[in-house]
Amino acid sequence: MSTDASRPIAALLIAAAVAIVGVLIVVPLVAVFAEALAPGVAAWWRALTDDPDTRHAIWLSLTVAPVAVAINTVFGVAAAWLVARFRFPGRSLLISFFDVPFSVSPVVAGLALVLIFGRQGLLGPTLAWLDWKVIFSWPGLVLATTFVTLPLVVRELIPVMEAIGPDEEMAAVSLGANGWQVFWRVTLPNIRWALLHGIVLANARAMGEFGAVYVVSGHIAGATDTMPLRVEKLFQEYRQPASMAVASVLAGLALVTLVAKFVIEHRLATEARDLERARSADGTTHDATLEAA
Amino acid sequence: MSRLLALVALGLAIVSTAGGCSGRSRDAIGGTDATTAIELLNVSYDPTRELYRDINQVFVRHYAEEHGRAVDIKQSHAASGSQARAVIDGLEADVITLAVWPDVEAVAKAGLVRSDWGKRFDNQSVPYHSVVVFVVRKGNPKGIKDWPDLVKGDVSIITPNPKTSGNGKYSFLAAWGSVLATGGGEDDAKAFVTELYRRTPVLDTGARAATATFSQKGIGDVHLTFENEAHLEVDESGGQLEIVYPSRSIRVDPPVAVVDTNVDKKGTRHAAEAYLGFLYSPEGRAIIAKHHYRPWGENPPTPAVGEAWPAVVMFDISLLGGWEAAAPMFFGEGGVFDAIYQPNGG
Repeated sequence: MSTDASRPIAALLIAAAVAIVGVLIVVPLVAVFAEALAPGVAAWWRALTDDPDTRHAIWLSLTVAPVAVAINTVFGVAAAWLVARFRFPGRSLLISFFDVPFSVSPVVAGLALVLIFGRQGLLGPTLAWLDWKVIFSWPGLVLATTFVTLPLVVRELIPVMEAIGPDEEMAAVSLGANGWQVFWRVTLPNIRWALLHGIVLANARAMGEFGAVYVVSGHIAGATDTMPLRVEKLFQEYRQPASMAVASVLAGLALVTLVAKFVIEHRLATEARDLERARSADGTTHDATLEAA
Repeated sequence: MSRLLALVALGLAIVSTAGGCSGRSRDAIGGTDATTAIELLNVSYDPTRELYRDINQVFVRHYAEEHGRAVDIKQSHAASGSQARAVIDGLEADVITLAVWPDVEAVAKAGLVRSDWGKRFDNQSVPYHSVVVFVVRKGNPKGIKDWPDLVKGDVSIITPNPKTSGNGKYSFLAAWGSVLATGGGEDDAKAFVTELYRRTPVLDTGARAATATFSQKGIGDVHLTFENEAHLEVDESGGQLEIVYPSRSIRVDPPVAVVDTNVDKKGTRHAAEAYLGFLYSPEGRAIIAKHHYRPWGENPPTPAVGEAWPAVVMFDISLLGGWEAAAPMFFGEGGVFDAIYQPNGG
């Protein structure tokens, strides 16, 4: 396909791409693990487990992220269903709104939460009366994390649900299925890989979130420091080995995410192919996913 | 029906008794239950992390011995101005130990700290002092000895943002005051700080981030910071950094206060006041000195036996008109700093 003239250019572009990936992604990632494990595996483990504040930070991240992801999963499925299956005024505006958390700086998101839930905020007096703490405690961290990860699940589902179309769901309804039956037996099996993909991405983002959480955390060691905040704090307190150890756990999570993402994307591609084949074979929709499973 | 009423009455009786109990213990030492630890949150500025980690350990032991109650102290550290803002926005600090007077005053103005906070502890509630010094790279390659050297050649300067940071405010005021104290006028001072901030490649939000920029990331030729932070930085550098004491500098007065609204709500006043009081005790002062903060009062202990506090000619905020005038004039919206600072070296 390529001419002799274009070959050097292609080689140059490939080299540039490889260099950029190497410098921006591979080298820093390797550096984090190398630095973290330099004092030895035993020291690495102690750095993670000896300090109660670090242990708490790991625990906090492991509780905040799943809750934020769970909220986003429920919201994402409901919202994707709404915009993929119904046409209503303001629909495209609503879809644009799903992207707001991507376009807004996380710091602004955090400040917005302070303006609403802070002591002087809109809901401040009500929350004080109820004696509920939102900002500078666990609920605030969940809210901030949920906000920044909001688009990830819904954005993943909309195209898939639109591609699959409503035919199978309508067939199920015509056969007497109620709403829950349609969802559990038809919709969910069709979108499960896309949903999982969204969940994995949202979880990775939730674990790594810094900016919005930084604003609402209050920086209380052993109480409101998540793993990324702990990395910064340890670094600033001249505890670089410990800082790198926590950073390596975050980087490790990123690698796990990468593998999960790869597997899921492979399944998604297979299913898209099956769906295409089933459609061209008999001209009607076919529950290819159930057969494939 | 009557049995139901009896149950309700019994329930109410239990609740009110329990309430009565907790009310009594609140009046005495604090907390709602004498068997659980009293939780204190100390919201402080950036460089005090290591200081309060030590103070907390010893204070907790002290309080348990004297009052038989366990105290669990949590610490929060960031730029002083941001911390004041967080407390105003609802971060439930029992005590605030901030870098500058205007930050505590802001919390007081928000109604969380009684307005007489400056009279509640000795020395206007300032238990320890520091002084703004220079940290330079090994061998002082740029030959920085005093304030005028900062604006010579291609010297580049690291100091945090005076808008958010107490260290930033003191660095600015030290530079400004160094001109006034040597006979210069307002215009000379303004020209000097304008040139100084033209040489700051970054303005971090807090003192500790600026330290990391200078010592760990290796940016800049000189770092303007508190004496205590400078010592920590130099000790951690493994011989790569040195302290330079300028001929004169500003005395740093970090004030402390009990956050009245929060301690009254949580019932932690007794422990919170004892905690701040401990900073003035002989044991507290020794720990403070060990971390290179200068304890207030007669015969201050020194960082180590036989080590004297280096003599620095110090001026204080009164040279610049006192905090009440200086804070809005220099750092307020549209103040001197806004007028002179051009981001990215101008």
